[in-house]
Parts: sequence; structure tokens; C-alpha cells
Amino acid sequence: MSHNENTQGLLSELRQQTGQNAARCYQCGKCSAGCPMAQEMSLRPHDIMRAIASGHEQRLFEGDSIWLCLTCETCTARCPNECDPARVIDFLREKALAKNPKKAPRPIRAFHKAFIRQIRTHGRVYEMGLIADYKLSGGALFQDVSAAPGMMARGKLALMPSTIDGIADVRRIVDACLAKSHGDHGEEA
Amino acid sequence: MSRIGVFVCHCGENIARTVDTAAVAQECGKLPGVIHSVDYKYMCSDPGQLMVKQAIAEHKLTGVVVAACSPHMHEKTFRRATAGAGLNPFLCEMANVREHCSWIHESRTAATEKAIDATRMIVEKVKRNAPLSPIHIPVTRRALVIGGGIAGIQAALDIADGGREVVLVEKEPSIGGHMSQLSETFPTLDCSQCILTPRMVEAFQHPRIKLYTYSEVESVDGYIGNFKVTIRKKARSVDEANCNGCGACQAVCPNKKIPSEFDAGLGKRSAIYVPFPQAVPNIPVIDRERCSYFRAKAKGSTKVVCGKCAEACGKGAVHFDQQDTLVTEDVGAIVVATGYRLYDIGKDQDSELLKGYGEYGYGTVPDVIDGMQFERLASASGPTAGKILRPSDGKEPTSVVFLQCIGSRDPSKGIEYCSKICCMYVAKHTMLYKHKVHHGQATVFYMDIRAAGKGYDEFTRRAIEEDGARYVRGRVSRLYRDGEVIKILGFDTLSGEPIEMDADMVVLATAMRPQAGMAELAQKLSVSYDKHGFINEAHPKLRPVETNTAGVFVAGACQSPRDIPDSVAMASATASKILGLLSNEQLEREPTVARVDESTCSACFHCERVCAYGAVEHKDIRDRSGNLVRVVASVNKGVCQGCGTCLATCPSKSLELDGFTDAQIHAAIMAF
Repeated sequence: MSHNENTQGLLSELRQQTGQNAARCYQCGKCSAGCPMAQEMSLRPHDIMRAIASGHEQRLFEGDSIWLCLTCETCTARCPNECDPARVIDFLREKALAKNPKKAPRPIRAFHKAFIRQIRTHGRVYEMGLIADYKLSGGALFQDVSAAPGMMARGKLALMPSTIDGIADVRRIVDACLAKSHGDHGEEA
Repeated sequence: MSRIGVFVCHCGENIARTVDTAAVAQECGKLPGVIHSVDYKYMCSDPGQLMVKQAIAEHKLTGVVVAACSPHMHEKTFRRATAGAGLNPFLCEMANVREHCSWIHESRTAATEKAIDATRMIVEKVKRNAPLSPIHIPVTRRALVIGGGIAGIQAALDIADGGREVVLVEKEPSIGGHMSQLSETFPTLDCSQCILTPRMVEAFQHPRIKLYTYSEVESVDGYIGNFKVTIRKKARSVDEANCNGCGACQAVCPNKKIPSEFDAGLGKRSAIYVPFPQAVPNIPVIDRERCSYFRAKAKGSTKVVCGKCAEACGKGAVHFDQQDTLVTEDVGAIVVATGYRLYDIGKDQDSELLKGYGEYGYGTVPDVIDGMQFERLASASGPTAGKILRPSDGKEPTSVVFLQCIGSRDPSKGIEYCSKICCMYVAKHTMLYKHKVHHGQATVFYMDIRAAGKGYDEFTRRAIEEDGARYVRGRVSRLYRDGEVIKILGFDTLSGEPIEMDADMVVLATAMRPQAGMAELAQKLSVSYDKHGFINEAHPKLRPVETNTAGVFVAGACQSPRDIPDSVAMASATASKILGLLSNEQLEREPTVARVDESTCSACFHCERVCAYGAVEHKDIRDRSGNLVRVVASVNKGVCQGCGTCLATCPSKSLELDGFTDAQIHAAIMAF
């Protein structure tokens, strides 16, 4: 039985909305050790857990760290104390967007939008289309161009898109989610 | 002609790494009188001992020399093996080529030479060894337990339940110790008094336990199986036989504002008092330093001042003229279970080793208290009846900061050890606080959370995860009063950020120290203690409840910081050792004791004067018709410890120490 009546603050908000208890984190650092993006993040997964537990709300939303997360969930899979840092970061992104829809860095927003559009159009990612869409809306036209020939040679970039059978269902799902997202954030995906 | 066998041990690699054991065996084989010399990897193992036994039988050995570790370690082992092969065990000796040789030298050549020298010396000694037989001494089959805390109570109950009488001595007016002051206990949060007081009563009522409260051990004489203990029964000023514990005396006592020791200074008591209502025995004692009657008397007043308690007592049990009395008890074994005290971190310290802290404001900043004071605040029997209220203004604190490792793990302040229990009791405190002040926030500054034990880590995690205690890794640098609050300056080493926060109350988890006066008590008992005053065990792993003095045992926190489960386990272990000891009607002792040559003794009794153990007695020599011819010195073999001081002082060389005769030692030296 918990005698904790403190319902203020991010820690209890997180717990109420996701069931996640950031106080469970005992700072072993295994999540950050396995995180592919840890080197790019100013706050690594274990730092994020700590910041929530100690009430450092400001730091969480200052930098790009929560947006850099790829949601690969390696952190969650590795956590010895049954924490789910990926879910926690997701929660923080939802919270950041609710506060300010333009909060996410532009290229990251552009990528997410391009990705969703791909899913809506083909039911899966058409890499060429994704790249074109992302580069046009993100602005960085020639970034990573040198990687293209190698990817092409290994068959990672298909020339023509392929569309899945149940595309109608997928579009219905995406549209429903976008409609809800409009309601929540007033933002067009 | 001697037939000596030499057995050189490798001790795995401990000896063989530095000493060429094969060369030692080979060289020793060439010594006159040595007819068998071998080396082996583990001589103390079963096959190693078998080698010794077989060699004795096969080569008809008259002496055995084992070149291995210290005789402290394995002399008994090899003497037993020797006896097993039918040879007198005292014809076996050890040459120490490990502690005295391989462990302290680097050069293999030099160490090997030294090992050969050491072994040769012992070979020469053993050639002159005489068969000896053990001395039998009677055993007084009862035990003394010093200290009536949970360890002492447990040891006393276990020994008494095992059928032996126990004398339990407690210096305070009641048994129960620190455990009786605690509110709830980790990791189950069961009430301390509820589990302790029945045991106190059991000890009090046990037919085989003789309880002396408000008493201290004055002196200890004798030796294992035969201790004579003098106990000082301090004057209670209340007749224990007549007092019925009605409490009328306390009600009328006009001095009611004395800080209560039991409430860690947070509550008040009268000058005639029972430390707490559940005290065992429930008999008051007069604090003569604080009582008006005694203070007036001490100032030389002839008038009778006050005396209200005596008037109020319907039994006439208050005796102002009572004196300390000394009683003597004969026991065969002694348990030291004197427990601990908390490091009082103020500026004045009782030891040069300790520095105290100015930066944590204990005693100067109001509402900075120690762990025991918090226990009393949280306890249903405490001064606030279990409400967490800060001492300065009686308000409920909404933010309590707990600081761990105050004094502990801080060599600069004099204590380098971990006090072991603080991580757990701080976690408990945060929970107790949270359970009583639901909207409150507990913050803990810690260095590490050391929660090893059954259910312990789960307990600290529960404090953090469920009861919302905020744990900040880092020491607080300083705290100070700022108006209503206490400002805390700390650092969160996990997020790398400095922390400045306000607290309504601060609780310091101060270090555990042995009780005051441990050095004096240890000296009375001839047991060794460390620089902090903790009693040393005989072996840190294999003889954890014995001391270096035979017959004296140790239990609980006087040996090292310990929690309740550990103290109880240790007390039961001690009790089983003592029951084993007291199951013998007689004890065997090593026969390495002094012997007087009565024909040359001139009765000067220098030996008697230098003997530290009182082992030298006067013996009358009479002729056949009973006329006294002369008096000579005689050594009581049960008391003699074989130290050899008497030999050195005897002008007529009439004393010899069996096993270490002049001839043996001389031969050993000449062999070098």
C-alpha cells in the first residue's frame, strides 16, 4: 500500500497516465549503455528517468534528447527493474507537443510527417518516396546523398513503390489517428 | 637416538611460490636424527595428515616437525594427527615458514635458506621434547552475560533454556537496551516493543536466569571454566524486594523536568524514575545527581530536603541510605553483549580519534536530530505519542531531510567503517514519516544504499518506489537555520547538479560506536579490542563469537555494527558455544605450564610477585610426622597461562616451562 499522497508533479502525472514509475529506476545505466542514440543525446535515457524522479521538469523539455529517441525500445528490453524508458520518453513527447505543437525540431517533425504519409499512401515505407518527401520538407537536400549508391547496390532502395493489400484499412486507421491528433494538438500531421 | 620426520607444506602456492619446498625437504633430510623428510601441496588436508600418520608408523618416528603455517593455524591439526598415530601429540611441533617466511620475503633463495634454518631449529627443539599430558580442570557450569539488550537477553535465554544457570548483568535500571527505544523494525515494520518486551519478561521470570540490573562488572578473576566475577550493584535507593512498582513515588517527585535518556532527550522524567513504563524490572531508581534530597546532602545540608517519594511509598521501599554492594558470582563462561551507542557528532569528543562535525548543526540548529530521536518521535510510547512533530515548535514537518553516513565512512572524522544499519533504518524512517504525514516529502542524501539481507533491498526500493522517498546521491556539505526552515546545501552526483533545498526537520544517521568504557571492560576480561573499542573476535571467519581469551565470548553490536537479526543470530551462536563448553564436567588444557623444582626453590617468591595470573601458590613441605620442613613455590596448573615470566625472574632457575624448557630453546638457538 502506498501512503504517497503527492499527486503533483511529473512523476505522479507519468504514473497516472502510463502506469510507469520513474522512481523505480535505480540508475544502473544499462538503458543508456544500449541506446543507439545515447551519444547524440544530452540527456540519455537514465538521465531522463532521473530528471523525472527528482522533479527537474525544465531540463527534460529544453534540448532535443526526447526527440532523438528512435523508440527502438532497446532500453525497455534491457531494463533490469522493469522500467519502460521508451514509453516514458513517448509520454514526454506527447506532453511537449500538448504544450507546444511546434516544439519538436523541424527535421524530426518533417521526418515523422513524411513517414506517416508513406504509410498512408502505401501501407509500408517506400524509401525513395520517403527520402524525397523528407528532403523537400526538411530542407537538407544533399544530406547523406553519398550513401545512396551503396544502398541501391544492396537492394535497400526499390525504384518502384509497392502497396499492401489492406491499404484501405491502414488509411482508415491513419485518418482516425490524425483526426484525434487534430483535436488534441490542433496540428496537421 | 631421535627419529624425526620433517613434513614441508606448499600451502597451495602460499609457501611454494617463494620457498623452494623440495629443497627444504631435501636439506632437512640430511640433518642428524632426521630419517624422513618430504614435501606436499596441502599438508593439512586429509592425504597430508595421512602422510604424517603413515610415516610415524612406518619409520617409528619419535618426533614430528611440520614446516608450514603458524602454529596458531594448524598446530592442533597436526598434533591430533600425531596422536592418531599413537605418538604423544606434544612431540609434534611446527616451523612457521609461511607468516615468518614466504609471506614476508621476495627473494626465493633467501626465503628458502630461512625456511631451512627455521625448520632445523625446530628439529633440534623437538629432539628434546618430552611427552606431556593435558591438564584437567573443573568447570563451573553457569555463565555470565554482560549487557541486557536484545543480544544479551537472547544469549541468556538460550543458555538458560539449554539447562544452565545464567547471571545477566545490565548497567541501566531496566533490561531491553536500544531495541526497547525503537518504534518499528525493518524490514517488516513490526513494532519493536511488541516483539521485545515478552522476551524481557521471559528473561526476568526464567528460573535459571539471575538478573542484576543497575549493576556493573567490577572485576573478573580466573580463567575458562572458573571465573570469579565481582558485580557492583549500584544503589537504587529503592528496595527491590519491597517495591511493587505502583509509581506513587514518581508522581510526587517535584523534579519532573529532567531530560529522559530513554526518549533521547526529547521527553522528560522525574528524579526517581523507571526509564519507561514497560521496564523490566518495574522498579524505580533515584538519580542521585538530580534528586533534591541527595543534592542538598552533597552540599553538606543537615536538613532533610524533600523526601516526598519516601513519604508517598506505601511499602517503605525508598531507602536514601542504600549503598552500592559488591556480589561475587562463579561462572564458567562469559558473554560480552554490551551493544553500541550513537556517535554524538558535536564538537566535544571523548576520543582523540574523533573530530565531530560543525557543518551539520547537531545540538546548535534546532530540529536537527539523530536517528534515535526520530525513533522516539515515531514511537507510540514516545514523547509525542507517535506523532512526527518537530522538537522546536511542535509543528508537523512537511519536508524532512535524512542524511546518511554521518560519521561513518569518514576517516577524516575518525570513523572509516560503514555502520551497516543506517541505510535500512533511514529507509524505515522515510516510510514511518510517510505513513504518518501523507503529504510530507522525505528526502535522503546517501552515498550508497547498502541493503544486503533478506527482504532488505526490497524494503529500500519500497521506500523509494511506493512511499515516494526522494533519494539523492551525494553528501550534504552544510546546513543552517534560515528563519523557519533549515537550508540544505548538497549535490546530486547522479544528475551532476548542486542542490539547495529547505527542510523543516533534518535527521542525521549518525555512526554506531561501541559503548563507553569498552576499553576498561575489555581489559578486565583480558580480551582484545580494536582502535574504536569494538571487541575483536578470535577469527573473523571461523571463530566469530569467541574472543582471544578462552571462555569469553562476544555477541551483538559490541563486536561490530550489527542490526537486530544479526545480533540475535550471533547471540544464539554464542549460547550454543557456551552450552557446548558447559556440557563438560572437566576441561582439558594445554600442559605448557610452569613447573617448580622443589629441591632448589629458595622460597623467595619473586615468581609470585610477577605472575599476572595469580598462579603461584605457597606449598608446605612436611616430614613424615607432619612437621613443617620448609615452604616452596608451587604453580596452579589450572591458572598458569604459560607466559614464562616467572622463569625469567627466578634467581635459582628452579622453574621450567613444560614444552619450552631451557634445554629445548637453547638447542633451537644453537641450531641457527
